[in-house]
Amino acid sequence: MKKYTDQGKVDTRSGFGAGLTELGRTNPNVIALCADLIGSLKMQDFINENPERFFQVGIAEANMMGIAAGLTIGGKIPFTGTFANFSTGRVYDQIRQSIAYSGKNVKICASHAGVTLGEDGATHQILEDIGLMKMLPGMTVINPCDFNQTKAATIAIADYQGPVYLRFGRPKVANFTPEDMPFEIGKGIVLNPGNDVTIAATGHLVWEALLAAEALESEGIHAEVINIHTIKPLDTELLIESVQKTGCIVSAEEHNYLGGLGESIAGVLASKHPTPQEFVATNDTFGESGTPAQLMEKYGLNKNAIMAAAKKVMNRK
Amino acid sequence: MPDFNFLNTVVSQVRRDILRMVHKVNSGHPGGSLGCTEFFIALYYEIMKLNQGFDMNGSNEDLFFLSNGHISPVFYSVLARKGYFPVEELSTFRLIDSRLQGHPTTHEGLPGVRVASGSLGQGLSVAIGAALSKKLNNDDKTVFTLMGDGELQEGQNWEAIMFAAAKKVDNLIATVDLNGKQIDGSTDDVLPMGDIAAKFKAFGWEVMVLEKGNDLKSIIDTLKTAQTKTGNGQPIVIIMHTEMGNGVDYMMHTHAWHGKAPNDEQLQTALAQNPETLGDY
Repeated sequence: MKKYTDQGKVDTRSGFGAGLTELGRTNPNVIALCADLIGSLKMQDFINENPERFFQVGIAEANMMGIAAGLTIGGKIPFTGTFANFSTGRVYDQIRQSIAYSGKNVKICASHAGVTLGEDGATHQILEDIGLMKMLPGMTVINPCDFNQTKAATIAIADYQGPVYLRFGRPKVANFTPEDMPFEIGKGIVLNPGNDVTIAATGHLVWEALLAAEALESEGIHAEVINIHTIKPLDTELLIESVQKTGCIVSAEEHNYLGGLGESIAGVLASKHPTPQEFVATNDTFGESGTPAQLMEKYGLNKNAIMAAAKKVMNRK
Repeated sequence: MPDFNFLNTVVSQVRRDILRMVHKVNSGHPGGSLGCTEFFIALYYEIMKLNQGFDMNGSNEDLFFLSNGHISPVFYSVLARKGYFPVEELSTFRLIDSRLQGHPTTHEGLPGVRVASGSLGQGLSVAIGAALSKKLNNDDKTVFTLMGDGELQEGQNWEAIMFAAAKKVDNLIATVDLNGKQIDGSTDDVLPMGDIAAKFKAFGWEVMVLEKGNDLKSIIDTLKTAQTKTGNGQPIVIIMHTEMGNGVDYMMHTHAWHGKAPNDEQLQTALAQNPETLGDY
């Protein structure tokens, strides 16, 4: 099995902050907006270097989305920053009408997604945001896996014309993808080739999938691990190619199984290449307070859950 | 000095367009459209500095955003009469495969429209964003927006009103169509909003009150005065008193025609009150 080294634990939101800072230096059209969460979104460096290109809108996310839509008229590329919950559910209709339906080039950057937000509890832990965003026609949905990939994705979406939802998180997690790896929207990455089972993971679950594959390897099971950082558009070609070889698949995400990556994969495979699938995801539930590790364990979102799902799905071949 | 004879011929023709559009598809919103006909004509024919043709970015020209998108008939008619798209296309309003959707949208590429609207309360925020974009681009032109009075019940407006004053968005002239009516009845019956002018003032806006919002000269004078107030560190709002259904006797003084089309007979009565001047589409 291919070896991946944890270069150190860093939060993906810091990857966003670093990417935004770089964009501030390289792309004069990039504008940042924030709804009273500058520190949480790691936007301070961008603000220090480009105070005239930053708008603090206060605790008023609906207005932020509308302003972002308007800023695109005149050629600006607005990046909005707040928690995933307030970036989606709270402002769904503003995004739907003023951004998605209007085809505006807004980058909705959402931190603290999923249960790993931790102690704040379910009011802040959205597990439905991928579903909400992927259902909007024309919306690109991206959930990178670590600091390096989040930074690369942040930089990449500035060059893409159209609305994007970029989802990342709060906890410090393994940083293992190469620092200089360019980010290609819509192209999944095979992290480890294998013939027995496909594990398609997104976001924080990608590292857990690698840990699971390593453990499975020691039991003689060769898992193919794919990093699906872009949930929409989905890399269907790569997924079909993989399941043609392995004959079964586990999807893994920090999100409700309803509306998530797994559902997108199931939809594609059902019509193109029916394949047994197991879902590592939350099971139509809200989260709760706790440490990220406790919550990942309780809600079945870690290495152990992925290993169990892999064995189960292999038995269904 | 505006040519009021000509502008009045446009008013008559635009009213005919509105009435014929909604009649044909037996749907749409004639009341608010007729109430704002003079405003649209003043804005597009006398006030805004517009470039030839349509470019989404609207650099170095004034911009307009319609927040209460349901009055699309008057918006479409004035855009067509101003040459943004062929007048004949008005006949496709609300039909399948049309660029003239029930509510305005950029989705079908209709020239003159810069954002979708219809779900209420979003236009002011978008206009603020466009105004900020102009400032960043050192573009000295102005952003105009129109919203309904009932629409002010949407909370997002008050987020936007607070922001625009706090951040001194002073290249923005908003207008509130104060006709006192919404779908379920008078605004005072549905949800009284109190003194709207005082509310804007309290938030830090420059407030102007236009009592005769269906009088071309008053509208033009007020908008011109508003233009002189831009660049003073405050956003500007015009509280414009209008009569819903203006120009068609039986559609006035009632909210009944907010979202209802006239039947054949009612159409003929309405058209007889507004002669054809520039040629029906």
